[in-house]
Amino acid sequence: MHMADALLSPAVGGTMWAVSAGTIAYCARKVRTDLDDSKVPLMGVLGAFIFAAQMINFSIPATGSSGHLGGGLLLSILLGPYAAFLTLASVLVIQALFFADGGLLALGCNIFNLGFFPAFIAYPFVYRRLIGAQQTRSRMTMAAIVAAVIGLQLGAFGVVLETVTSGLSSLPFSTFVVMMQPIHLAIGVVEGFVTAAVASFVYKARPELIQFSPEARSTGSRPVRGVLLAFLAIAVLTGGFVSWFASKDPDGLEWAIAKVTGKEELRAPAQGLLGTLAEVQQKTAVLPDYSFKKPGETGKDETQPAGQRKNAEGSRLGTSVSGVIGALVTLALALLIGFLLKKRQQAV
Amino acid sequence: MASIDGALLDFKRLDRLATGDTAIHRLDPRAKVLATLVFVVTVVSFGKYEVTALVPFLLFPVAMVALGNLPVSYIIKKIALLCPFALVVGIFNPIFDREVLVQIGSLGITGGWLSFASIVMRSILTVGAAIVLVGVTGFPGVCLALERIGMPRVFAVQLLFLYRYIFVLTDEGSRMERARKLRAFGKKMQPGIFGSLVGHLLLRTWQRAERIHMAMLARGFTGEFHTRKDTEFGSREMLFLFGWSALFIILRFLNLSQLVGSLVTGISP
Repeated sequence: MHMADALLSPAVGGTMWAVSAGTIAYCARKVRTDLDDSKVPLMGVLGAFIFAAQMINFSIPATGSSGHLGGGLLLSILLGPYAAFLTLASVLVIQALFFADGGLLALGCNIFNLGFFPAFIAYPFVYRRLIGAQQTRSRMTMAAIVAAVIGLQLGAFGVVLETVTSGLSSLPFSTFVVMMQPIHLAIGVVEGFVTAAVASFVYKARPELIQFSPEARSTGSRPVRGVLLAFLAIAVLTGGFVSWFASKDPDGLEWAIAKVTGKEELRAPAQGLLGTLAEVQQKTAVLPDYSFKKPGETGKDETQPAGQRKNAEGSRLGTSVSGVIGALVTLALALLIGFLLKKRQQAV
Repeated sequence: MASIDGALLDFKRLDRLATGDTAIHRLDPRAKVLATLVFVVTVVSFGKYEVTALVPFLLFPVAMVALGNLPVSYIIKKIALLCPFALVVGIFNPIFDREVLVQIGSLGITGGWLSFASIVMRSILTVGAAIVLVGVTGFPGVCLALERIGMPRVFAVQLLFLYRYIFVLTDEGSRMERARKLRAFGKKMQPGIFGSLVGHLLLRTWQRAERIHMAMLARGFTGEFHTRKDTEFGSREMLFLFGWSALFIILRFLNLSQLVGSLVTGISP
């Protein structure tokens, strides 16, 4: 599920951009220093493979619906977390640009939700642990399903947190969670099953491709902890910076409060991963309240103080009517300018 | 397999738009990427209930489409198809947010509908900006711009590789799927079949990558693509970037729709 620009606030989007950019830089350095350079074309071509595989649909038994491969876990199994993260990020960049899945600002969120969780959480902490010393088909399937479910649950929860923190959707946090998590449970089971099917096919044909012993050492807790710590530091820093920046915005106190709340919330995914569920629950209670609150401006007119609209019913009617008419006229003007420019372009 | 081929054709069409040769196409990609980023950030920075102030922002994608000579109906179709997630989430706003914020005659508009309209407007603007950026810059251009702004080189090479092979591999995937379909008499793809079909594709991909790598080594590949850098950030780019950015910032603080509306109707706000 791709996060969209339209649901994001700049503080949340900017923070996630910084976090994802930081992780990309870290992984790029890791790949350049640790891996042989034959991995680089391999990563690119495998990214294109994920693209092709996503276009092939399969039918999900007993439901009549169809699904497609997500690929995060499969890439991690094939390439290890760092290269897999870069590859997934590049696939998401293409999707954002060509299919506008989400958009440019949401790219940071999407890379984090769909890349970080499978590559740095689900793969090292779940898949590798479960698969143990010898790979058998049933073990592989089981590990892949559990890892895919956990990765997607975290990703879906990330989408919920980012949306609710941005405050553009009026969906209460609890309702949103109840909507998103079960859907992604089902998607996760299918993803895990298909990942295992592809991985075990490859394992049968060319077992050396599915890396195993060197990976088991290098993905121990140390480098992953490094990534997590770096991510946390970046999140806190940029969260603080962006919200400080945003609070200078003259849009009013409410906006600033929203940004500060945004910063608080952004720490939550990281801490939630470390198990502070109680804190998340506390936020659950606060957030719907916040998203129901109206900002000081009604959105119709920024220059008008909030209090004034209570008593000036007539002027508010005027404001909204002229706002709507003005919007229509502006729309027409924008289109007319476009039309004229196009005419000129063709004449030239 | 109409759907894969259709998607691919659509993708190729967007890719080919970047081969156009207009003043906009010739600008340095960095100017276009940065202006688009400023645009997106400005658009999403508006308050939750803002609708009318967003309308003037349409000028940017519209002007780019016109100046870049992009096919209008194609762009509109692409924008209309996109962003289902934002709309699915947004449609809940009218249900949960029922306080009437705007009264036009006897018609009361609730905050939920207002914020839903705002989300739709944002979707159109942000999605449109991304599509238009690719249409007037092309993917290699965007990559080059990002790399020169500071994206790690490994990632830039990765993006360019991915982009080059998307067309090859999606073609291959769609041929495999078509072959399966022709032999399956309308039976749907089972996950097990999918596993071996995609597994085969993966093995072929892997072998292809090995061949590519050897061929590249034979030609002296050292880990970066050398592209002809025939554009530089000159005065035209400065003008483009700062002109648009200034306009976005003015429009951010000045509701143009409101102003035009009060001019037209004579009702002062």
